Amino acid sequence: MCNNPLLKDPYQQLDDYIDSIPYKKENLILILHRAQEIFGYLPDKVQWHIAQKLDLPSAKIYGVVSFYSFFTMKPRGKHVANVCMGTACFVRGSEKLQKEVESQLGIKTGQTTEDQLFSLDSVRCIGACGLAPVMTVDGKVHGRLETTADIKQALAKYRPEGTPEEAKGSNSNI
Amino acid sequence: MKLKDTGELNELKRQSLVLLKNRRISSPLTTLEALGKPRHIMVCGGTGCHASDSPEIAALLKEELNQRGLSDQVEVLQTGCFGFCEKGPILEIHPDNIMYVQVSTTDVADIVEEHFIQGKQVERLLYVDPSSEQRLSSDFPFYHSQLRIALRNCSYIAPEDIREYIAADGYQALAKVLFNMSPASVIEEIKKSGLRGRGGGGFPTGVKWELTSQGEAAQRYIICNADEGDPGAFMDRSILEGDPHSVLEAMLIAGSAIGATHGFIYIRAEYPLAIHRLEIAINQAREYGLLGEKILGSDFSFDVDIKYGAGAFVCGEETALIHSIEGARGEPSVKPPFPAQEGLWGKPTCVNNVETFANIPPIILRGSDWFAGIGTEKSKGTKVFALAGKVNNVGLVEVPMGTTLRQIIFDIGGGIKNHKSFKAAQTGGPSGGCIPTKYLDTPIDYESLISIGSMMGSGGLIVMDDSDCMVNIAKFFLEFTVDESCGRCTACRVGTKRLHEILTKITEGKGTLDDLDSLEQLSKIIKDTSLCGLGQSAPNPILSTIEYFRDEYLAHIVDKSCPAGVCKSLVKYKITDKCKGCTLCTKHCPANCISGSVKEPHIIDEERCLKCGVCMEKCRFGAIVHH
Repeated sequence: MCNNPLLKDPYQQLDDYIDSIPYKKENLILILHRAQEIFGYLPDKVQWHIAQKLDLPSAKIYGVVSFYSFFTMKPRGKHVANVCMGTACFVRGSEKLQKEVESQLGIKTGQTTEDQLFSLDSVRCIGACGLAPVMTVDGKVHGRLETTADIKQALAKYRPEGTPEEAKGSNSNI
Repeated sequence: MKLKDTGELNELKRQSLVLLKNRRISSPLTTLEALGKPRHIMVCGGTGCHASDSPEIAALLKEELNQRGLSDQVEVLQTGCFGFCEKGPILEIHPDNIMYVQVSTTDVADIVEEHFIQGKQVERLLYVDPSSEQRLSSDFPFYHSQLRIALRNCSYIAPEDIREYIAADGYQALAKVLFNMSPASVIEEIKKSGLRGRGGGGFPTGVKWELTSQGEAAQRYIICNADEGDPGAFMDRSILEGDPHSVLEAMLIAGSAIGATHGFIYIRAEYPLAIHRLEIAINQAREYGLLGEKILGSDFSFDVDIKYGAGAFVCGEETALIHSIEGARGEPSVKPPFPAQEGLWGKPTCVNNVETFANIPPIILRGSDWFAGIGTEKSKGTKVFALAGKVNNVGLVEVPMGTTLRQIIFDIGGGIKNHKSFKAAQTGGPSGGCIPTKYLDTPIDYESLISIGSMMGSGGLIVMDDSDCMVNIAKFFLEFTVDESCGRCTACRVGTKRLHEILTKITEGKGTLDDLDSLEQLSKIIKDTSLCGLGQSAPNPILSTIEYFRDEYLAHIVDKSCPAGVCKSLVKYKITDKCKGCTLCTKHCPANCISGSVKEPHIIDEERCLKCGVCMEKCRFGAIVHH
């Protein structure tokens, strides 16, 4: 979430954006994308704000937000890791990859670490099947993750320097 | 600079040809003489290579060439997908006709030094053909049986420069349609070509255009369906990343034929690179007057907007997609009325897939007879497949319809990884089925795939070997449909969940023979009673695996074993007498359940075994097996 006082009020930012597009109600999904970019997630308050601004029932906004998997109503960690669960990655061991990432982060898929550093999710095919199994962190693709060390290394890039890694165990194939 | 007429388009093409004159003549539409300077390094900018740092490689190459004072002689360009993703990142040097594979940022200095200064090829970066063990600089067996029509420009031109597309005959088909053909004759030409929807359904494209053009309407719309949700498929995004203008040109042609003045491209928000390239293409097309008012001086006006999806597989269904563009939940609605009659905002709407569109300009330029001469009796032209899974050459391949699975997997794909044996090929994603060995020689087209219990789908082709459990694969696809069912039809919403529960039961060794009957019965009910393609095809992975791999289901149910050794609850590890007593397994066992003294055969305590398989992986004598 944006806490920088130097920046404009996030609600103001969202309103400015909505005012700048020609059609409003028809562009609800686009507006929600922008809102999620600004706030990081779509809590009730933001949905309510959009409902009033667009003169739509808030149930309709909730209906759309809850329908699409891209939208989230829970705050996300600083970095979002997505394990690819597309078929190509699946047959090359993405289930094991997911379990190992879960154990290294100490959370389950869909959760956020206590220190708010990582959120973990799954994604259906990002098209890098040649590198299967893959995981993205903040959109950056990490491919051919076949050992615990590969994963540890990929995640370490996103941890603040000097923090002890939570990963346990020796380097072995996942 | 706005192009005012075809004369100006042709003049721009003439001026732009210089950009392509050094490239290999791979475009079937262009004949060029390769000569002269500057040389071009084409760096693959497709998703796979992009993920392995190809943008950094391109930047470093530019920097290194600059430092060596070669920047005016060698130009570095980012292209779309070469298709050979397995060996990415790939770069190709023109006119030398040399391809380097698996290039990394540390190879940059050597490429500049050896290739450009010393004038010899960098041997270690050449592709090694596994069958002949020779290093090849071009003309890999991977490309031999391919015919690139939809992918004609991918890896051949730089997608972020409209002049390159124009030099490769771009927008010539549009000019032909606007000035030399009537809308009816365009539709007739597409109908005669036999082109069918490449998104999966296989509906004749020309007929769809004709239906949308009929009747009175104040406005009509063209929609490009780029909501490629099939897990394991990346054809459409590769076309948008490698050749976005071909899709724009085709939408313009469709618009002029149908009488639409506005088009939308509905694309997944998960495809940032494709969106970026599309945005550049749309802006350039507007700048050159190829989108907007009175295109090329004709009476035809047309513009295109991008609409973003938000992660819902069902939005690939055309009515659901239309609802999503309207800003609502992407739930399908009852047909009829078809979108061709009542689509976006109640107006006649033509929805075509990306790959379908990419075929349009060549059909207009080369004629329907040429296109209809490729393929099988009922399926014309080519199909792009995203070949992935347990195959040596993962990548994007385009083959004529009627090519067999064996040719795709073994000739192009280079066979199965790690010398294992082929078990099944899955086409059509969560809507398709698993095709066993006995059908490897079936010529692939829309009808033949349906007759063997699968479907063309959008073109995902996942290869599986004997270490894949077919019950588990069926469970994987059902997990997907349970997630993605929009919930509108009870049979699909509740039925897929029940199917998934039964499959889970079977993989845990708790299944009964009655469960097998329930699976089949429930599958048929879901197929018969769901509104849209998602529900109607969701049981296909189960039905096809039961048909072709019934033994495997029975092994799970009756023998309580998983032949592939995947389903953990059913796997038991055992140490055979090959054990030399090296104690390596004991050291790695996380449950400390392996006992035995040095140089004597060890034993696993099955009660405490976590079934993690580490021991089997670590054993250097192949003494540990699962059963």
